[in-house]
Amino acid sequence: MSSNQVTIVGGGLVGAAIAYGAARRGLSVRVLDQGDTAFRASRGNFGLVWLSSKGGGMPEYARWTREAVGLWGGLHQELLDLTGVDSGLVQQGGFWLGFSDEEVQKRADLLAKIDREAGGIPFRMMEPAEIQQYLPDIGPKVAGGSWGAHDGMANPLFLLRALHSGLKKCGADIITGVDITAIEHDAAAGRFTARSRDGQSWISDRIVIAAGLGVSDLAGQIGIHAPVVTTRGQVLITERLKPFMDYPTNKARQTTEGTVQIGSTTEDVGLDDGTTVDKIEWLARRAVDTFPHLAHARLVRAWGALRPLTPDGYPIYQESETCPGGFAVVCHSGVTLAAIHANILGPWMGGLTDAPAGVARFRGSRFLGKNTRYASDH
Amino acid sequence: MTTETLFSIPASAGQKMVRIEFEGETFQVPEGISVAAALLSNGRGAFRTSIVGGAPRAPYCMMGICFECLVEIDGIPARQGCMTPVRNGMIIRRQPGAPSLKALASGGRNEH
Repeated sequence: MSSNQVTIVGGGLVGAAIAYGAARRGLSVRVLDQGDTAFRASRGNFGLVWLSSKGGGMPEYARWTREAVGLWGGLHQELLDLTGVDSGLVQQGGFWLGFSDEEVQKRADLLAKIDREAGGIPFRMMEPAEIQQYLPDIGPKVAGGSWGAHDGMANPLFLLRALHSGLKKCGADIITGVDITAIEHDAAAGRFTARSRDGQSWISDRIVIAAGLGVSDLAGQIGIHAPVVTTRGQVLITERLKPFMDYPTNKARQTTEGTVQIGSTTEDVGLDDGTTVDKIEWLARRAVDTFPHLAHARLVRAWGALRPLTPDGYPIYQESETCPGGFAVVCHSGVTLAAIHANILGPWMGGLTDAPAGVARFRGSRFLGKNTRYASDH
Repeated sequence: MTTETLFSIPASAGQKMVRIEFEGETFQVPEGISVAAALLSNGRGAFRTSIVGGAPRAPYCMMGICFECLVEIDGIPARQGCMTPVRNGMIIRRQPGAPSLKALASGGRNEH
């Protein structure tokens, strides 16, 4: 065993990005992944690489996201060169579109507040006539919108594949089909043992729990308070169409393959990842109100997926105080934050660098106060 | 391009036949089979061109999943050939790449 064996519990977008960041800096990395029986939040990610409006209630999160989107181009190119897998990054700006003047004004106020508090997050509000110069097919119900030059999109599934492929190229062990149920810490030896339901175990110097909906229980075993809630997102996808939408929007985006992805809902329904007719109808109506011609496109699929979230919507990144070398991560935005997870969290959690500046703001202990109140920001 | 067929449909006594047209050619095919089966059994494999790379594509799954068999049927682009039964007088054309949303909205014709 090397002196810096790192185990990552969870091989989804979050765990794979952190693992990749550690592995490519030469650490010995092992990923324990539940496999395709897991809820796999990456399936429900809408694929936006998005900064605008993030962190309205926490400027540190706005700055963290700003740094993340700035690093994305580098991660995309690095993965492409290393693995040949194209994560589909297009970062040429994006639109939020609103249906009422009131909604548009609220948006303008929010973006101004974030730029004022966090700094360096410019935006531009546009009237429909100006939006039409970028998105000619918007309909008369669009009352206005905001433009973020730093916004864009990627393909969540290709990103996940690129990260897994990159991990293998860097010599990491990816062990799939294991359900980790227990983590033990040997304080004297400074080692962690991860045990699976089927009786296997793995020993390492460091452990990162990035198991999505499964984080809370495992994090608790190493003394980290990491509450996780879940939201369901339903997404629709159309047949492939000739390119007509040059920029992603908050209601629909056209993928590089030509399909239009329409999304998404945010529903509190427990562990049910199904679809419902009323939500499909709501999503379709909203998309047609935005781009009326979409009424003539055929839908080919609808699906639901569960995504983990903390009670205030911001991530948890925390090292255990009682079991040093043990970390927990809960994060909703596995695509947007992929590059910062790889470049900053990977080396930190792998033991190569000190805690990133400001990361203490993301401790799970912020939820511990008996009278803590928070509003979800997602 | 070869038109020798790899597929055939067993003849059955009393089978009713219908007439379809594909890219200007006329075929007599058994009533009730799918457009994809009708074209394949007549040696017509290239149904459409790929949206991303432009390469010719042929049916693959024959059960509505893969969307490789898209053709234009009676002026409506991007129909699934394997899920559409033949009908007498049907006019079928290749599907060149993806349909445009504007074309779908204005009656649905491909720009051939």
